Amino acid sequence: MQVLTRSIPLLITGLAGLVMILSAFFPYTSDWGKIAGNFFNIIAAFAFVLGGGNLLKIHLKKVSDQSEGWGYSGVILVCFITTLVVGLGKLGAYPNPDFPNVRLSGETQSSGGFWWAYEYVFKPLTATMFSMLAFYVASAAFRAFRAKNFEAILLLGTAFIILLGRTFAGVLVTGFISPDGPLGGLRLEELSVYVMQVFNTAGNRAIMIGISLGIASTSLKILLGIDRSFLGSGD
Amino acid sequence: MSRVGLRSVLILTTLCTLCASGVVVAAMASNSAAAPPEPPTNLIAVDKPWDGGGVVELEWTASVTPDIKGYEVFVHQMVSPLVGELETNMQADAEAEDQTQEILEGEGVAPEDADQQARVEAENDVTLTTNEPEWTSMGIVLGNELAYTATGLDKATPYVFMVRTIGADSTASANSNITTQLIPVAAWFDGEKLPLFCILGVICGAVFLFVLLARNGMPMKIRTIAGLKAVDEAVGRATEMGRSILYINGIQDMDDLQTVAGVTVLGHVAKTAAEYDAKIEVPTSRSLVMTAARETVQASYFTAARPDAYNPDLIYYVTDEQFGFVAYVSGMMTREKPAACFYMGAFFAESLILAETGNSVGAIQIAGTAQPSQLPFFVAACDYTLIGEEFFAASAYLSGQPDQLGSLKGQDVGKILVGILIIIGVTLATIASATASAPGLAGLHESMTSAVDFLVNTILGS
Repeated sequence: MQVLTRSIPLLITGLAGLVMILSAFFPYTSDWGKIAGNFFNIIAAFAFVLGGGNLLKIHLKKVSDQSEGWGYSGVILVCFITTLVVGLGKLGAYPNPDFPNVRLSGETQSSGGFWWAYEYVFKPLTATMFSMLAFYVASAAFRAFRAKNFEAILLLGTAFIILLGRTFAGVLVTGFISPDGPLGGLRLEELSVYVMQVFNTAGNRAIMIGISLGIASTSLKILLGIDRSFLGSGD
Repeated sequence: MSRVGLRSVLILTTLCTLCASGVVVAAMASNSAAAPPEPPTNLIAVDKPWDGGGVVELEWTASVTPDIKGYEVFVHQMVSPLVGELETNMQADAEAEDQTQEILEGEGVAPEDADQQARVEAENDVTLTTNEPEWTSMGIVLGNELAYTATGLDKATPYVFMVRTIGADSTASANSNITTQLIPVAAWFDGEKLPLFCILGVICGAVFLFVLLARNGMPMKIRTIAGLKAVDEAVGRATEMGRSILYINGIQDMDDLQTVAGVTVLGHVAKTAAEYDAKIEVPTSRSLVMTAARETVQASYFTAARPDAYNPDLIYYVTDEQFGFVAYVSGMMTREKPAACFYMGAFFAESLILAETGNSVGAIQIAGTAQPSQLPFFVAACDYTLIGEEFFAASAYLSGQPDQLGSLKGQDVGKILVGILIIIGVTLATIASATASAPGLAGLHESMTSAVDFLVNTILGS
């Protein structure tokens, strides 16, 4: 069993990683990297069926046991099965003009129940969730910008410059400073650009360098089999 | 109209005609003055050596016409011999079908002769058509430039090139000589990536070396990472409160290294949860992540000698859709109020929604991601945040294995290398800037500018 659960997965990981590295530097192997990527897509496609099965199993069990919140599971099951039937059955979709008598020849991206559900149910729900982000940003900003200590005051000051500098109010507040004069750089819109281009970029690059080195090191650990915890056999 | 009046009109008409002729003659003279410029000569195309293919370098001798605007480079993609023959046959077949009927009706020949005759004529027509190059402009270079690098070409197709001179009044010259057919093939090694290859070699070599040193007993020290130290605290809190632990592994698949790093941290969190007898719930947005997470959590429960406590139903798939996943998890958090929330992996716009919801239910929250744009949100809403490299170091930190700690030391060598490159780059750029207008230092300025250019475009650009 050790061979199946540890050795073979490690071998596949090492080989796939090596192929990806080779394909980056040796042009004749560039197609190998694409093939390795295709293998992943094939496995992921099969796993999607696994995911659908798992979704059904978990929520059917919840409904069957009538455990806490089983009503929500019922809603998930109804939505899942309805979408599946409407989508796979191409209900309401116009047939392909070349095969007008074959109902399943149509496509679901511009007509039919699946398209309708996507356009008028799924998209508005997604947009609603996304638009809630604005309120979360406001509440997080309110908490983050409380001047509790020196660092928080610095953060608050920087946020003040950036937020005001990107609005018309910011331009008005420091509008009395001549843009061509020696103090032109102190106008809020200029300060905002300066903070973003110098301090923010420097900090961001430092984080990016750390991330890149971390990725290189972690990849090497995984390729060499030093870190096996992702296989469930690390310790 | 009187005779005098008629004569006047005739004279006027004659004068107008003469004037008009004069204008035309003047215009013709003016046109002949703006003769098209001479084309460039000796155009040569060479496949760029040590590249990944698809690049051709062109050089030519300047046009003899002075005061030109520039040169326009043209390319014609030849069809490969096999494809060319196939295409010619297909086009000829199609054309022969049309011509057969015309020959039958127009010339009254026998059907079999008409077929044959049509086929021959069609082949001639198609060959004549396909032999005419279809020139595509690749761009215009300035008049003082006598070279061009053609990029983005197909590595397996032959090309020919031609250049025209663009005169000061934008008139184009005749074609230059056409280059010989050239296939921009790839070399066995992409030389442009040599600096990157060397840097990668140094970093990987350093990681290797320190792993070996660690195995041989060299002590490795790692600074305390507050976010990882708080894992025990968070799990302990969940146990005391009798509530669950929520672990979100990002919304990307297993081909993203952040997800892999997240699964690694999950193993350690699950082991602690198993030891404390706390309930850990892992909703995932990818099926493969669910499978990997189940394997990892199961192994952790085995390691903690609690295999009986492992419940695979607590690690489940929700949906691939970003906001569908967020809606499910946020709803679940509001209803079940987990005591501890972990967000480890690749996150996008959902990061703040999840973290703020967790904050609103009073959970202790630990996040880790390598998405720089999401870090501020986690910092604002979570109790602890693993920033970038700390997230990738988590596995080594939590396991404490010498091998893994050694890899972190190797990473430090990479940081030193980057630091050295930054100092060199800043020094060179400062000298280049300071000597830009200094008299007598033009040579130094040029050298420094070239060095900065090499550093930025060749070493960092690779």
